[in-house]
Amino acid sequence: MNETLAINAAPSALDPLVRVNGVTLQYKTPDHLVTATYRVTFEIDAGDRLVLLGPSGCGKSTILKAIAGFIKPVEGDVRLRNKIITGPGPDRMMVFQEFDQLLPWKKVLGNVMYPMTINGISESEAKARALDAIDKVKLSKFVDVYPHMLSGGMKQRVAIARAMAMKPDVLLMDEPYAALDALTRRKMQDELLQLWDEVGFTLVFVTHSIEEALVVGSRIVVLSPHPGQVNAEVNCQHMGQDFRDTPEFQALAKRISRMLFDDAPTAS
Amino acid sequence: MTDLSHRFAPSPRPEFERKVTAPAELGDVAKPLSMVERIVNISAVRRGVILVFIALFWEVYARWLNNPLSFPTFLDTLEALRDGIASGIIPQRLMITLQTLVAGYFIGLVIAAILTSVAVTTRIGTDLLATLTAMFNPLPAIALLPLALLWFGLGRPSLIFVIIHSVLWAVALNMHSGFLAVSDTLRMAGRTFGLRGLRLVIGILIPAAFPAILSGLKIGWAFAWRTLIAAELVFGVSSGQGGLGWYIFENRNTLDTAAVFAGLLTVMTVGLLIEAVIFRFIEARTVRRWGMQRG
Repeated sequence: MNETLAINAAPSALDPLVRVNGVTLQYKTPDHLVTATYRVTFEIDAGDRLVLLGPSGCGKSTILKAIAGFIKPVEGDVRLRNKIITGPGPDRMMVFQEFDQLLPWKKVLGNVMYPMTINGISESEAKARALDAIDKVKLSKFVDVYPHMLSGGMKQRVAIARAMAMKPDVLLMDEPYAALDALTRRKMQDELLQLWDEVGFTLVFVTHSIEEALVVGSRIVVLSPHPGQVNAEVNCQHMGQDFRDTPEFQALAKRISRMLFDDAPTAS
Repeated sequence: MTDLSHRFAPSPRPEFERKVTAPAELGDVAKPLSMVERIVNISAVRRGVILVFIALFWEVYARWLNNPLSFPTFLDTLEALRDGIASGIIPQRLMITLQTLVAGYFIGLVIAAILTSVAVTTRIGTDLLATLTAMFNPLPAIALLPLALLWFGLGRPSLIFVIIHSVLWAVALNMHSGFLAVSDTLRMAGRTFGLRGLRLVIGILIPAAFPAILSGLKIGWAFAWRTLIAAELVFGVSSGQGGLGWYIFENRNTLDTAAVFAGLLTVMTVGLLIEAVIFRFIEARTVRRWGMQRG
């Protein structure tokens, strides 16, 4: 119904930016065909900070990889501006959890410039945009430094700058702060929100931390344990870092944790 | 909640909060190392000292042995080396050897690069590379020399053929394992930038696998150098022009042992120079600077 309409519809301003439409994802291990997610549907509007939240093994990272174009759904499709996504591309830049996502043979500036230069943006413009992005993540002092001399948090900032400088339609982040210590993680979350406030990008953020989801997200898609299905969508537009201690925040966190950890699926 | 004031818990210590000294008042936080420490930290100095000791030991032992026909002294060898260089024979022989070597080495590298590229992009290519390296890598290059002579005749092409054989498999094996070791994250990052196929290989895989590629190049170089000197010793002169191996062989025939030593010394020195100067330079400019290899 919805689907048949979508195929013929021309992109309009009312369409969501990204539509994940009944997506079932499977991957092969040497002796099993594993279903990671089952008929997952959600939409992402321009300017959203959508968080995919779920227990480990629920396929949230797999969904993100499907949006990035690394994995083809066996059922359903993922659309960007109403066009079916067939492969990875620079319109959906991704920030990974691992620190080794930076190219060790390029300095910070070179790393941020690289995706732009290979996509035909002129050297001078790429440099200006890169410097601007590096400034926004507060690493201007480290422009001329190789990645191996940076701390984990700084590496992640460079990766964010590299993705942002490309001005992608969506910024995909796969548990980008999971490998950081708690203090750095909190600071990075604040910085990300600040950045969103300044630049206004669209973000899809994967995490397994309820607190992080509430702080970073404007909307949370809660996924059930393996195989992942959409359990709930929750709005948390106004919850920033300052709300951590409010009863409202705690109540919402409790509600989500009940969805994640109770055996019986919640109906509400 | 459980009661945490357990009977095994120690009695609480007094709490406190105090001001710390500002770092500026602590004086030098980073002190420069002393001159001696810095000199000892230079590996060239440490290795140089070892070389001096070896030369000293050689000189003393040869004088004590007093048999210049089988073991000339260090100074005699140096003299023979100086004469050889002054007369222009050693440089000329060295040039011939190096020319052959460089030709064989680079042809070997190109073939290795092509083979590895096919191997990383297709599964049948991987099998091809694995089978060929398993077959040919254990085969000493020198063992192919009689065959090469039969096919290419007495001359430079035969030498180049055996050099290619000695370089190719070692380099291809290293390159391939280097490509396989590139992390998925880096590959995926490259693909989100919009790179694929050959551009992904050049833009991401080659630099990311560079430590392994470089060690392949070094191993290949050492193999080629050894193989060539040995091949020259075995059948020496090629169309009237012998290389360093021939120089060594010639002087042994005339029982000019000091000159034999001088030839061997040249072989070692050139090998050392290329390792210590050219490869070190490449290493310092690439993998060390990128933090992919410590040192």
